Amino acid sequence: MAGSNNDKIKGGVMGWVDTRFPLSSLWNDHMAKYYAPKNFNFWYFFGSLALLVLVIQIVSGLFLTMHFKPDAERAFASVEYIMRDVEWGWLIRYIHSTGASAFFIVVYLHMFRGMLYGSYKQPRELIWIFGVLIFLALMAEAFFGYLLPWGQMSYWGAQVIISLFAAIPIIGDDLALWIRGDFVIADATLNRFFAFHVIAVPLVLIALVVAHIMALHEVGSNNPDGVEIKKNKDANGIPIDGIPFHPYYSVKDIFGVGVFLIFFAIVVFFIPEMGGYFIEPPNFEPADPLKTPSHIAPVWYFTPYYAILRAVPSVAGSAFPGVAAMGLAVLIFFLLPWLDRSPVKSIRYRGPLYKGALTLFVISFLVLGWLGTQPATETLTMLARVFTAIYFAFFILMPIYTRMDSTKPVPERVTH
Amino acid sequence: MKKIIFALLFMLTPVLAQAAGGNVHLDSADIDLQNKDSLRRGAKLFTNYCLSCHSAQFQRYNRMGRDLGMTDDQVINNLMFASKEVGETMTIAMPGEQAAAWFGVTPPDLSLTARSRGPDWIYTYLRSFYLDDSRPFGVNNLIFDKVGMPHVLWRLQGWQQPVYETTVDEDGKEHKAIVGLELAEQGSMTPAEYDQAARDLTAFMTYVAEPIRHERKRIGLWVIGFLVIFTILAYMLKKEYWKDVH
Repeated sequence: MAGSNNDKIKGGVMGWVDTRFPLSSLWNDHMAKYYAPKNFNFWYFFGSLALLVLVIQIVSGLFLTMHFKPDAERAFASVEYIMRDVEWGWLIRYIHSTGASAFFIVVYLHMFRGMLYGSYKQPRELIWIFGVLIFLALMAEAFFGYLLPWGQMSYWGAQVIISLFAAIPIIGDDLALWIRGDFVIADATLNRFFAFHVIAVPLVLIALVVAHIMALHEVGSNNPDGVEIKKNKDANGIPIDGIPFHPYYSVKDIFGVGVFLIFFAIVVFFIPEMGGYFIEPPNFEPADPLKTPSHIAPVWYFTPYYAILRAVPSVAGSAFPGVAAMGLAVLIFFLLPWLDRSPVKSIRYRGPLYKGALTLFVISFLVLGWLGTQPATETLTMLARVFTAIYFAFFILMPIYTRMDSTKPVPERVTH
Repeated sequence: MKKIIFALLFMLTPVLAQAAGGNVHLDSADIDLQNKDSLRRGAKLFTNYCLSCHSAQFQRYNRMGRDLGMTDDQVINNLMFASKEVGETMTIAMPGEQAAAWFGVTPPDLSLTARSRGPDWIYTYLRSFYLDDSRPFGVNNLIFDKVGMPHVLWRLQGWQQPVYETTVDEDGKEHKAIVGLELAEQGSMTPAEYDQAARDLTAFMTYVAEPIRHERKRIGLWVIGFLVIFTILAYMLKKEYWKDVH
């Protein structure tokens, strides 16, 4: 703890450090004198929780790498070795597997918060862009990590995703071969996925998180009213509606952490498989390249995009349109700051059109998520097409309906 | 409050959406993992009947003894038939390739079957063998068609034969389908005793699939108890700090 009161006294240990490293000023800029709006609500917990889950994943992952063998002959057995013979290995493994799903739950809710209160709008476009990049990195991280236990779903799930790259015209087959490092998913694939999962992607993820937070602290946080608190400052230049992040939001976030960890512990200790959604039952069978499971479903956090992939019909025998639609469904989030033409940020002051559109979007996301877990029957495929159309319409029509929408007057100051 | 409830529902969605089950009906195994007697009987059945063809390569004998309330000597004298160390895992001597030649398929390792297929599946499978002359071992299984395995528990259960029902469709074609099984010849156990044996064996295999299962729940209660107190204190701390925010 660098004492925030001591920054005038330049003697002692802190003085020694501060003349050599900006410890006090970093502390002040990001904690003790970072002024956040005082009206944060429930939805504002998920940013700090995402950071917590990142730390949980890095620490639990570190201990898993000490016992895991990235070898196609031994990977599956080494996971069971961790579950049975490593002291507390079962706990570390369940924390890591639950953490993966928790990461997506927290990040999806965090993104939804941004959409509720227009947090991506000017001047916070870069925060949003860094955030979407984090989302992409997270998907890559989850994809690489899911192959490592070398179970049936690991193997065949990776098979499905890699075959998406193979669907790209002309270069597809060579690209898939290059990704796998072999003609089938094999030891070479497992080794490189391990390298990506434990080094490359986490480094990118941490760098992006730093950029995300630096951009946030440069601009200042949005809030449920979408009011810029920096417009109303007192004589000392401190936003009137702002409170220092530390101690106010640090103690509030600790409470949020407590509630989150209760839910997290319930899953880890009582329902680690979460009914087959967090750990899929077929993944308790070792990968068998000769035996395709009857029903391959990706882990739940990918299912909305998987449903979109399957919903788009093949053109001339090529699955590329589906692959393109799936990619677009993720990448389109980048454009959100420019698609939204509403003069107000927060949903509190927006009209019925945006409220309706966002509701439909959330419903389509959830329904697509469910459809992605189901076998593709004719009816369900039709349903997936309808909701894929709604998903994209939310973005594509946004410039139109946000401009047409009525708005309520935004207050000068934040409300309670 | 309404918003919080909405948010919680949002988080629980993956739980509420039930995975699509298979199209076969499974009987509920109704196992009790706290019942050490049941687990020990299951261990005895497993080592006597399963462990010559199927391994449980991740399960250590001494760990099983500890978890099921047996001393190492009891394990060695009652449950270990090959001369091995008590700290070893439940492997088998039968070579995989030869087994594949005899049965058409290498008998799978059973360490994790209860987690990949579920206890109900195992319980139903054990009770669903029926006489079928077209199969090499003279038996088939209702939920595992063309099963490569003989009915190793026949001495206990006896033999079941299928009950057919013939339906005639719109085109006048007859379809013969199995609607149930009936006991053709009883073994050393009554049907109720056999169901209990199948239940014991299923319970044991469920234990083997995740030996820490019972312990993690016990620890979990303490962890959650701690977290609840921690969260209450954190909330009080937050209230205290936020007093001066208006």
